[in-house]
Amino acid sequence: MKNKNNPFYDPSLKKRHASAKRFKFFAISSLVIAISFLVFFISDMLQKGLPALQQSYIQVEISYNQKSIDSPRSAIDRSLRRVVSRAEIRQIPRKIENNPQLMNTTKFEWILADDQVDQYVKGNYYKLKNKDKKKIDELKKQGRVELKFNSIFFTNGDSKIPEFAGIKSALIGSILTLLVTIMVSFPIGVMTAIYLEEFAQDNKFTQMIEVNINNLAAIPSILFGLLGLAIFINLFGLPRSSALVGGLTLALMTLPIIIVTARAALRSVPDSIRQAGYGLGLTKIQVVRDHVLPLAFPGIMTGTIIGLAQAMGETAPLIIVGMIAFIPDSPTSITEAATVMPAQIFTWAGMPERAYIEKTAMGILTLLTVLISLNTIAVYLRKKFETKW
Amino acid sequence: MKTKIDVQNLNLWYGKNHALHGINLDIYKNKITALIGPSGCGKSTFLRCINRMNDLINNVNIKGQIIIDEKNIYDKDVDEVSVRKRIGMVFQQPNPFPKSIYENIAYAPIKHGIVKKGKSCDELVEKSLISAGLWDEVKDKLQEPGTSLSGGQQQRLCIARTIAVEPDVILMDEPTSALDPISTEKIEALMLELKKKYTIVIVTHNMQQAARVADYTAFFHMGDLIEYDETETIFVNPKQKKTEDYITGRFG
Repeated sequence: MKNKNNPFYDPSLKKRHASAKRFKFFAISSLVIAISFLVFFISDMLQKGLPALQQSYIQVEISYNQKSIDSPRSAIDRSLRRVVSRAEIRQIPRKIENNPQLMNTTKFEWILADDQVDQYVKGNYYKLKNKDKKKIDELKKQGRVELKFNSIFFTNGDSKIPEFAGIKSALIGSILTLLVTIMVSFPIGVMTAIYLEEFAQDNKFTQMIEVNINNLAAIPSILFGLLGLAIFINLFGLPRSSALVGGLTLALMTLPIIIVTARAALRSVPDSIRQAGYGLGLTKIQVVRDHVLPLAFPGIMTGTIIGLAQAMGETAPLIIVGMIAFIPDSPTSITEAATVMPAQIFTWAGMPERAYIEKTAMGILTLLTVLISLNTIAVYLRKKFETKW
Repeated sequence: MKTKIDVQNLNLWYGKNHALHGINLDIYKNKITALIGPSGCGKSTFLRCINRMNDLINNVNIKGQIIIDEKNIYDKDVDEVSVRKRIGMVFQQPNPFPKSIYENIAYAPIKHGIVKKGKSCDELVEKSLISAGLWDEVKDKLQEPGTSLSGGQQQRLCIARTIAVEPDVILMDEPTSALDPISTEKIEALMLELKKKYTIVIVTHNMQQAARVADYTAFFHMGDLIEYDETETIFVNPKQKKTEDYITGRFG
């Protein structure tokens, strides 16, 4: 027998090793499942969204004259009217107004195609009359239909005309909202954390505050929306749908997250640092500001970024305060009506036109890009400020 | 022989736990006084009363007087921050700030207004490091983090940092218990050097250390001061049975 001349033989070991292997297998399978979900999601979004980076353009002859100011449709040949974008036709009178030299000229120009044409060119499901379809095929042969980079998506706001809709106003709305959120929640959150962790006495009252803050972090976000509606709009009368109200509402939501993580970061600073400071006759504020905070700063940053990333993807509370509005023009101040990216995605996802599917996917990709860049900046800042310890 | 610190009937409670029972003790100027005793006997608690570090803990109640330079430091008109400036402290674990060696020393004196940034500050840093016997080892790397030094160097850096705020008294709470024998020897030599200028109170678990460096030794047990005398008397000819038992290693 093998075990007779092996002094290290242990009959129970086989079973124990098998159990470890099983555990490892389950752990790896969970990881694989999680990663495959992520890969599936991202590849689906890329597949659906990337076509939105291109838009079909058609070369048509436009005649600029008095008649086309009165009735813009007549500027374009009858057979082409239905395949070019309505948005382009609408703009013809303004073009003449901006550039009077155009008057009484005819020009060949590349203009946006209708969304159904665009879908046809991209090989998606489309709704086109046979007549129009033939016209497009004919134009294609002449090289008068082209897919070009869709800069409109990044320079326009929302539009009911799919080919003319863009993410810009939502992006700016998101940035303004987040700016308000960070300006309000970061100082208040960090100050609260510092007070609770470094200054406050440990008594019933502070314990109650602590429990309540921890609970706040777990409250459904839509309730914060209702709170924002009740306080900021109904009580203080701040402008509805504005980045100001949205940002304040999100700040309410982000505050507990920042407080909890900042407290954890402060608590992780070894007490010997504080003792050293006090032992030298430094005051509390000198110890906290110059010795404790620098060590806790990376942790505080991480918490803040997590909170902000969550705020950035938040839709429900913003719908309540009216930030789901149709915003074609980018807001220029925090008091103007605005929408945010997730709300814009939500709006597009509910649109009947086929062309909005790719807009929705591209919107999601844009949101993800912004989030990832935010996180990258955070990691960079964290590394930069991290004190060698 | 001049009394520097006059402790009169000092009692301390942690909540309901009576940790120090009516301590009376005179600590003499420019001498090293060692506090010895088994763990939990109150010697560290007593040390922390001298610079009011215990004020930082909740639920601590202190009664009695500690008179330093004819002023009770527990009087209402005494700010504990200024007490700690006059009475420096070195801890068990070396705890340099996570800053450069230079800043470790310069921070507190600048905040106390002892020096201004610039030449006078450079001089103070150099002087303090020389006093702590660390200058030759770190003079070329003052901008490196204090935590990059070895344990013994870090502890001497902490001593230099304490000296820099120009205290009268230096309290040391087991300053060498985390260090190797060679670093310990350096710190002990440094203490003998420092007592020319400062009054030193040291808590130690190492009785040989107390015997080597201390002029006076106080033996604490269960919150009581059992015996306080010249070190030689305590170690050679203790009057109390408990002291003798502890010193000969029969308990503790």
